[in-house]
Amino acid sequence: MKARVIVTLKDGILDPQGKAIEGALKALGIDGIDSVRQGKIFEMELATDDRTAASGVLRGACEKLLANQVIENFQVELV
Amino acid sequence: MNAAIILFPGSNREGDAIRAIAQVTGKKPSHVWHGEPALPVGTDLVLLPGGFSYGDYLRCGAIAARAPVMDAVRAHAARGGLVLGICNGFQILAESGLLPGVLMRNANLRFVCRMQHLTVERNDTPFTSHYDKGQVIKVAIAHGEGNYEADTETIARLEGEGRIAFRYSDAKGVIGGAANPNGSTNDIAGIYSENYRVLGLMPHPENLVDPLVGGTDGRGLFESVAGH
Repeated sequence: MKARVIVTLKDGILDPQGKAIEGALKALGIDGIDSVRQGKIFEMELATDDRTAASGVLRGACEKLLANQVIENFQVELV
Repeated sequence: MNAAIILFPGSNREGDAIRAIAQVTGKKPSHVWHGEPALPVGTDLVLLPGGFSYGDYLRCGAIAARAPVMDAVRAHAARGGLVLGICNGFQILAESGLLPGVLMRNANLRFVCRMQHLTVERNDTPFTSHYDKGQVIKVAIAHGEGNYEADTETIARLEGEGRIAFRYSDAKGVIGGAANPNGSTNDIAGIYSENYRVLGLMPHPENLVDPLVGGTDGRGLFESVAGH
């Protein structure tokens, strides 16, 4: 089974990289983008086909390593 | 004093730290590789040096914080042992949960490498007894992710418990403003654990222990630990 984990900064956490990208887009004349927040995507191949088990494994992976929950939220998608 | 210096793939400031410790204790620290399950018997101080452990992959210090040796470092801290994390070592301590908060990208997005003044917030801890309270010291900084952030409650607790070790200041001791190199909350450059025996700081006191290379203001920290 394939899965995707999306890690994003929590609301209110300053994202200087997102701000810099936002500025670069404006400088390129790409209009209509009000704000940019940068995050990370992890694409994974899982050993199991059981969706419940897969969610559990990925949740554990996020809590232990993939996300720093002081500043980041995570979201798990099973494909 | 027996010091152990932990080496991760990508640590690169251990040479300066070894020199600083050897200079004040007359004894070289032992090297402990990240895969080791235990610290040498009789270790008093664990030092996590600066560098770019695991190439800063994922988040600075994130992978090093989960290395096997860190369980031993956590146990050492739980026993009341001394732990000093400098620069990447501070990032590792924050990621490992030994210190609260997180070191984020510098607010101006630039890697800063320069001399920096700090104020010593208190001198009644194992790491600062050789300084005066409020003393201004000049040390080096070199980091891209030194912007200390934590939630409001954590910051209030750190401030209330006097757990700020150093703040960024100018040469006269005026804290913050243009003297803050990375946007850190309350101009925090270093913090203590609850028992003041774990210290994490972004600046490099280990680089300032020899008059030949610009000053000796960092020496007090190592003399304090050695004399503790």
